[in-house]
Amino acid sequence: MPDDDMTSLGILAHPTYTYAMSKIGTTQVERIARLARINLSPEEVAKMSVELGTIMEFVEQLQSIDVTDVEPTDQVTGLVDVWREDEVKSFGDRELLLKNAPQTKDGYIVVKRVLNG
Amino acid sequence: MANHETLKRPIKDLVADVKAGKLSAVELVRASLERIDQTWDYNAIIEKNPQALRDAEAIDKRIKAGEDLPLGGIPYIAKDNYLTFDTHTTASSNILKSYEAIYEGQVIKRLKAAGAIMVAKANLDAFAHGSSTENSDFGVTKNPVDPTRVPGGSSGGSAAAVALGQACFATGTDTGSSVRLPASFCGVVGMMPSYGLVSRSGVVAMGSSFDTMGVLTNHVEDVGYLFNITAGKDPMDSTTVERADSYLLPEKPKPLKGLKAAVIKEYMAEGIDPGVRAVIQHSVDEMKAAGAEIHEISIPLLEKALGAYYILVPAEVSSNLARHDGVRYGYSSPNATNLEETYFLSRQEGFGAEAKRRIMIGTYVLSSGYYDAYYKRAQKVRTLLINEFKKAFEKYDVLLGPVAPTPAFKIGERAQDPVQMYLADICTVAVNLAGSCGISVPAGESDGLPVGLQIIGPQQGEVKTLEVAQATETLLAKQGAHA
Repeated sequence: MPDDDMTSLGILAHPTYTYAMSKIGTTQVERIARLARINLSPEEVAKMSVELGTIMEFVEQLQSIDVTDVEPTDQVTGLVDVWREDEVKSFGDRELLLKNAPQTKDGYIVVKRVLNG
Repeated sequence: MANHETLKRPIKDLVADVKAGKLSAVELVRASLERIDQTWDYNAIIEKNPQALRDAEAIDKRIKAGEDLPLGGIPYIAKDNYLTFDTHTTASSNILKSYEAIYEGQVIKRLKAAGAIMVAKANLDAFAHGSSTENSDFGVTKNPVDPTRVPGGSSGGSAAAVALGQACFATGTDTGSSVRLPASFCGVVGMMPSYGLVSRSGVVAMGSSFDTMGVLTNHVEDVGYLFNITAGKDPMDSTTVERADSYLLPEKPKPLKGLKAAVIKEYMAEGIDPGVRAVIQHSVDEMKAAGAEIHEISIPLLEKALGAYYILVPAEVSSNLARHDGVRYGYSSPNATNLEETYFLSRQEGFGAEAKRRIMIGTYVLSSGYYDAYYKRAQKVRTLLINEFKKAFEKYDVLLGPVAPTPAFKIGERAQDPVQMYLADICTVAVNLAGSCGISVPAGESDGLPVGLQIIGPQQGEVKTLEVAQATETLLAKQGAHA
């Protein structure tokens, strides 16, 4: 994907919406990337700092709306307490479940070692 | 001989002809596959279903044996974020490039049970993030009306496929604009049902409190015909709601006389392409002339609703994409030396720029210290918007406006006119925030490019919305409708 590939969100990074100082510095970007378990190159961090800053600047408009005593919406259907029996059902096909795993052994998924050493 | 023009006939007529032995499933599927090959360069398709002809033969046998199948012999294309057997399911992302579904989407199951045959998987913006299919990791889809332009997104492959006559209909998903926008850009019909009407089970999740399972078709009546098959409760999706008895539309459209509608003022404001505005105004005038009572409504909150969308959807996106860890399925980085690196590197190398951007925004607004200021506040604004929609639907049957502020833009052009691009989803996201339903009906052209009229109905207001859409479609077709 080309670097200048603007998107519905990326477009907000256009100079029209860019403020002099990004509100989200590179240290902050690195912190978020760590929380999201994504490695970012130094170039990606720099770019993301500007983009995130302008996007967050854009959504600042929400701060001007009076939301006193307004309940947050988690879901829109109005359904409440949709219960079902808590029962175990066998999927049946173990092979099928494992076929997309990058690496398997003896019917298990192989993961890399957890600790270095 | 059936060809791509045959595939554009109303679905129920084709089903009747197959049942009567005038056409066969094999004939229709063959026409579909041939058309896909002929028009391959539009890049609407990611992968053909190698079993499509075999499936068609099986359907023909069942029909011959007297079985009554409401979609018997109908070829269709599934957006590649629907889980399907016999093909890969990539969501147009490199991270799922070789993924093979282990179960099928509920919509796919219902279509299959009705006798429809999936012939191919359609291109989309990776993970449905985008409005042009330019974010697809497998290349942009070209607009059939003008191949130098985008087809809209994220269901751009689906819309282009229907416009090209590659199949009778295509499935789509709509989280902020993704069915309606490409329908408008490609000049086909596209409808998103209310949230919860059609099961999300077996579709790659984007924003779980927003995602809706829509369809792209040649005729409004086809939408009703398909919802009649796909809608309704599913034990695998606890957010599904009760359906109406029937979504089938009458042969003759119901008159518009007595309809109470309102044009959304904010959607006709400055920033909307004058050509688009003229088409919408013309449609409204025609509807009025046909007896509809049409007012104007102002919902000032709509302008700020976009901000709520940009917080809530990335938050849900970041949660949903957390499952891509390089361990259980999907791309796994060969450069990782331990488990943590498997996560960090697989996600860096596997996700495209837009997915990363959304994950980052989402993670930020959900992180400690920012949750109340952004995420929770956006959820409250969503409540306010839902109330505005409720109030509007107390007075009006449907709301009207354009689907998009412009017709299809040039591939790669957006960076040059950022304000237009920023506005691309501005007329559509509120419908998803409110959980309402919306349809794009071809209404005319601006500079030779298709423009869709958006008809918005209340939650579970599909029947009325479809009736209005059908009447309007007929009306505009009669008028020659081009502003």
